[in-house]
Amino acid sequence: MSDYQSALTGLFLGVLAVLVTASATAFLLARRRGAKDPLVENLSARVNAWWVMALILGLAFWIGQPAVVLLFAIASFAALREFVTLTSAHRADTWMLAALFYVALPVQYWAIWTGWYGFSSIFIPVYVFLMMPVLSALRGETGNFLIRVAEVQWAAMVAIYCVSYVPALLSLDIPGYGGQNMLLVAYLVIVVQMSDVLQYIWGKLLGRRKIAPKLSPSKTVEGFVGGVGSATVLGACMWWITPFSFWQSGLLALVIALTGFFGGLALSAVKRDRGVKDWGAAIAGHGGFMDRLDSLVFAAPVFFHLVRYWWTL
Amino acid sequence: MFAGIAAVVITRLSWLITAAQGFWHPEAKGLPQAVFFANHTSNGDTVILWSVLPRRLRQSTRPVAAAEYWLSHPLKSWIGRKVFNCVLIQRDPAQRVQDPVAQMTGALDAGASLILFPEGTRNTGTELLPFRAGIFHLAAARPEVPLVPVWIENLHRVLPKGEVIPLPFICTVRFGAPLRLAPGESKGAFLFRAEAAVRALRPESGGAA
Repeated sequence: MSDYQSALTGLFLGVLAVLVTASATAFLLARRRGAKDPLVENLSARVNAWWVMALILGLAFWIGQPAVVLLFAIASFAALREFVTLTSAHRADTWMLAALFYVALPVQYWAIWTGWYGFSSIFIPVYVFLMMPVLSALRGETGNFLIRVAEVQWAAMVAIYCVSYVPALLSLDIPGYGGQNMLLVAYLVIVVQMSDVLQYIWGKLLGRRKIAPKLSPSKTVEGFVGGVGSATVLGACMWWITPFSFWQSGLLALVIALTGFFGGLALSAVKRDRGVKDWGAAIAGHGGFMDRLDSLVFAAPVFFHLVRYWWTL
Repeated sequence: MFAGIAAVVITRLSWLITAAQGFWHPEAKGLPQAVFFANHTSNGDTVILWSVLPRRLRQSTRPVAAAEYWLSHPLKSWIGRKVFNCVLIQRDPAQRVQDPVAQMTGALDAGASLILFPEGTRNTGTELLPFRAGIFHLAAARPEVPLVPVWIENLHRVLPKGEVIPLPFICTVRFGAPLRLAPGESKGAFLFRAEAAVRALRPESGGAA
């Protein structure tokens, strides 16, 4: 069995072990506290959703790069829709929004699929950024113009551009690591999501002082330190599936966990501003797609560019 | 058979654009028959409400709709009659050959559920228009049938009047606790209660109205 295949198998078994442990925990808690207990119901819904997400991601990985790109394009569409729903979009923004959903999003993911970095890295920050206000201005509605345009720029950056950095990892040319980039995507997604989960667990076990009470009722300092710390250790221990050394892997995992935390915080602020608790209700137990992607959207671009600068030709 | 396929296509397409989901009050769940009355902001209201109903209920639910809208074009006529199985009401009293309330009670007696928009017309403003009397007369004729208030959110942003391209926005459909006409309740009191029930389902936050 090649290195790549044994890495994939190891990853698969590792994820399976974590999911089985989670399901077992939910089952034991249900036995102890009763199935109707709200904590148990929420935990069960969350764990079941994790199983589905892991299976879908695993299937996409197994099929290959086009499937992964398509999967994230679909997630991007759902996330963009959730984001735009919370904006002050006026009917004068119709062309701008239609262009975003039906032109910008597919074009961005096409560029990711073909590996055209020179285009996918600047299409949204340059061309889409400049065209969007024009499309809205042409309709002549000036009420709240700056607010509407700024909100749509955020939507485009967060829900399309940043999300697209995850499948973009597949086209990085890393010497000695050719053909194994799928493992890098798995590394990023696992570290970010486990960081969220570990922060939650540490928070439940030791949490006392709230870290940002105005933004998040449940995030604590102890949860933050424990979660980020253990995610760093986890990332370091995963060094063997990456092109990094043990220490480099730990450092990158630390960066991923930190940026993920800050992303979660920033997007929570957006939710508080709009007076909603979740971005949507698409994923039972978790909320909307944005609720699942909020840490990933900040971590992915930073991770991509660090790897690109230090590890590619 | 084609009507069945068309129904599936329409529900899937509307789900793709709006991710429409129903949120049910526990007392409104599992009713075998009901009259659903909702706010009206878009031509898509009927489609969205109908598409979030559980399949069994959806198959026996008939939207109450304006005859002159649905019968104006052969394709719309087929969709209105065969796919949605509308109860078609003539809006102009001078042109009526049947009493609309009789048409609706006939449908109820046959076991169907109804979808009704008591505002009477598409509302482009932010406040509910005063409810027309039709729902009161229906409740008086068949007081045992539960009336379920519904709020449809965001659909007016998906396809505003005069626009052609539907935009993806998250639409939610909230079903509230069922109402019944109290014995001896006046028209004014009942309509006031019905309006309040629909208004109460409106989410307070999230995006522009």
